[in-house]
Amino acid sequence: MSSHNSARDRILARLHASGTEQTTVSEAPPPPALSLDREAKIERLAALMTAMRTDVHIVDSNSWIDRLKELALEKGWKRLLYGPGAPIGSVIETAWASDTEGLPELVAYIGPVENFKEDLFQIDAGITSVRAGVAETGAVVLWPTPNEPRLMSLVPPVHVAVLDADTIYNSLAEMMAVERWADGMPTNALLISGPSKTADIEFTLVFGVHGPKELVLLIRK
Amino acid sequence: MGNHTRFDFEHNVTGALADDQLRKNLRNAMDILVDKRRAVFPDSEYLEQLRSAGNAIKRRALKQLPRLLEQLEANCTKNGIQVHWAEDTNEANRIVLDIMHRHDAPAIVKGKSMVSEEMHLNHFLDEQGIEAVETDLGEFIIQLNHETPSHIIVPAIHKNKDEVAAIFHDKIPDTPYTEDVEELTAIARRVLRKRFAAAKVGLSGVNFAIAETGTLLLVENEGNGRMCTTVPEVHVAVMGLEKVIEKLSDVPPLLQLLTGSATGQVITTYVNMISSPRKSEEKDGPKEVHLVILDNGRSRMLADPEFRQTLLCIRCGTCLNHCPVYVRIGGHAYGHVYPGPIGKILTPQMEGLDRAGVLATASSLCGACGEVCPVKIPIPDLIRRLRNESYDQDGSAVVAGSGYKKNVAETLVWKGWELANRLPVLNEMGTRLAGKVGKRMPKVGPLKKWTRVRTSPKVARTSLHERARNERVKDE
Repeated sequence: MSSHNSARDRILARLHASGTEQTTVSEAPPPPALSLDREAKIERLAALMTAMRTDVHIVDSNSWIDRLKELALEKGWKRLLYGPGAPIGSVIETAWASDTEGLPELVAYIGPVENFKEDLFQIDAGITSVRAGVAETGAVVLWPTPNEPRLMSLVPPVHVAVLDADTIYNSLAEMMAVERWADGMPTNALLISGPSKTADIEFTLVFGVHGPKELVLLIRK
Repeated sequence: MGNHTRFDFEHNVTGALADDQLRKNLRNAMDILVDKRRAVFPDSEYLEQLRSAGNAIKRRALKQLPRLLEQLEANCTKNGIQVHWAEDTNEANRIVLDIMHRHDAPAIVKGKSMVSEEMHLNHFLDEQGIEAVETDLGEFIIQLNHETPSHIIVPAIHKNKDEVAAIFHDKIPDTPYTEDVEELTAIARRVLRKRFAAAKVGLSGVNFAIAETGTLLLVENEGNGRMCTTVPEVHVAVMGLEKVIEKLSDVPPLLQLLTGSATGQVITTYVNMISSPRKSEEKDGPKEVHLVILDNGRSRMLADPEFRQTLLCIRCGTCLNHCPVYVRIGGHAYGHVYPGPIGKILTPQMEGLDRAGVLATASSLCGACGEVCPVKIPIPDLIRRLRNESYDQDGSAVVAGSGYKKNVAETLVWKGWELANRLPVLNEMGTRLAGKVGKRMPKVGPLKKWTRVRTSPKVARTSLHERARNERVKDE
C-alpha cells in the first residue's frame, strides 16, 4: 500500500499548495422548495410516477393486501419474492395461508444471495415496503434492510412497492433534513421513480432494460 | 488507443462533415436533448437561481477540496469502503487489476463511467487477459462494434437503429436481424443478465461523493449501474478527485441540475447511494467496496484560479448538445475521450497543449456552452485562454505544452501589428497601403486557407481617420 499512500500524499500536497483554500466563495441559495398538503403530495407523486409508466394504485391501508391479490391474479405472476421478517411480510403470509387459488407461489428471501442467486434470476415478481416518497420529483425511497435486501427491487421483472401516504415528503431536501440522513447513511439508499428504462437507441423510450420491466406502486391511505 | 501523440483533427472533421448519415443522426438527437432540457426548465429565473446555487456548491467544494477528500476517505474507511489514490491513469488501472487478480476474476461488468474511459481501462484489462463488459445499452452497442463513446451521456447516439440492428445480428451469436428497438433492447437484457449473475467484480463511476457521510451517489435509468454495484461480490468505483462535495444537503440542487441538463429529466429512474459494503446481517450487496480517486492532471488545474473552474464540471453533457461544432462533427472527430466544449478545455489541460491544443480551435466562441452550463463554467473564456497559451507571447502560460504555436513569422506579424497601432505614422501608412492593395491581396498560404470557407475581408478605400478629416468631422 506504500506506493498508494505516497500517491495520496503527493496529490494532497499539490491540492494544499494550489491556493484554492485561500479563495472566498459566496453562497447562493437554491430556489424555494415545494410545499404541498397531504392530498396534493399524494396526487403529485402519483401523477409523476404514472407519467414514468409506474402502475400506481391508491388503496385503503386495511385492504391493500386484497388489491395485491387481485393484481397477482390479474397479472398472472407465478412466483412472488418477499421478505418474511418485514412488517408487510407477515401480512402477506397470513393472506396467502387462507386462500392460494391461482396466486403466485411465495418465495422467501432468507439466506445470503450466494445460496440463491440462480433461482433469484428466475423469479418473476418481488414485493418490498418503501421508506418514504418524494412528491416534487415523484419517487419512492428505499433503505433496503436485512429483511428486504437490495436485489428484491432490482432483479425480478416486476417490483411491487408498498408506500404509506403519510411518509410522502415534499422534496428530497426536506426528507434528508427531517430524517437527519447526515447522522448516518445505510449501506444503500435508493430513489426509484419508475421501471427501468433506456433511450439509447434513437431516443426511443423502452421500459425494462436491465432492472424491473414493471413497477407497481401501492399507496396506502 | 492509449496515446494520442498525433491525431489529425482536420482529417477527422472533414470526414465527419461528409458523413450525411452521421450528421442526420446527430442533428435529430441533439435537437431532442435541447428541447427536453428546455421543457424541464421552463422558468428562466428559476433556472438561473438553481445554476447559481450549483456554481456556489461546487466552488465551495473546490475551495475545501483537500480537506473534503481527506474527510471522504476517513468516512468511507469508517464505513468499510477501501480507498485508493492514483496519480495517473496507469496507477488507477493497476489498482483495478490488483483487485481483479486478488479475486481471480476473469471478467468485470461495467456501469457507465467516463473516468474508466479516461483510463482506457477496457483496453488495459484486455491486454492483461481480462474481459471488460460494458452493460449500459449504448456502451454495449459501441463495444460490440469496437468503438468508443461519441457522447458522454448517450454514447451510441451516432448510430441509428438500422446500424444497431446490423451490429447485434453480426456480433451476437444466433441473433436474428431486427430493427425493432424493443426487441433490440430485449436482446441486450438477455445477454447481459447472464453476465451480471456470473460476474465477481463490478465497476461503476461516481456522480457525487459526499464527504460528510462517505457516500457514493450514482444516477442512471437502466438499472445496469445497480446491477454492477449490487450483484457481484466486489464493487470498484472510480472517480476524478473533483467529484467530492461537502454534504448531503448539497445533493438535491446538483441532482436536479444534472438530470435536467443531461437528459431533460426531473429525476432519473434510479438514484443509488452507496455508503458501505454488505454488513454481517445483510443478505446481498458486495462484500468489498473499493473507491479509486484519480488525479490525472486535476490537481494541476486547481492551481490556476481561472482554469480551476474546469473542475466544477458535473459531466452532464449539455454543452455538447448545444454546441454548433459538436452537432456537426460528433464526438469521435475530437479524437479523445471527452468531446465537445468541455473536452476542448479539459483535454488540452490533461494531455498538454502541444498534443491536444488544436481542440481549443474548434469553437466559434458563440457562447452557448457557457450559457447552458448548469454550474456556470465560463467555457468560452477558458477556450480563449487556452488559445492564448498556445502562443504564450508573454511567457505567463501555465498549461503543459504551451507556446506550441509560437513561431517567428506570426510573432513578427503581431509585433508589427502592435507597432502599427502604437505609432500614428505607421498606422497611417498601413491603412493607406491596405486601402490600395487590400482588394488584390494574393490568396496564398494562411490567407488562402482562411478564405476557403470564409469571406475574405473587404478593405475600405479610405480609412476612418481619412474620412473624418475629409468630411471635416469635429470632435474626432
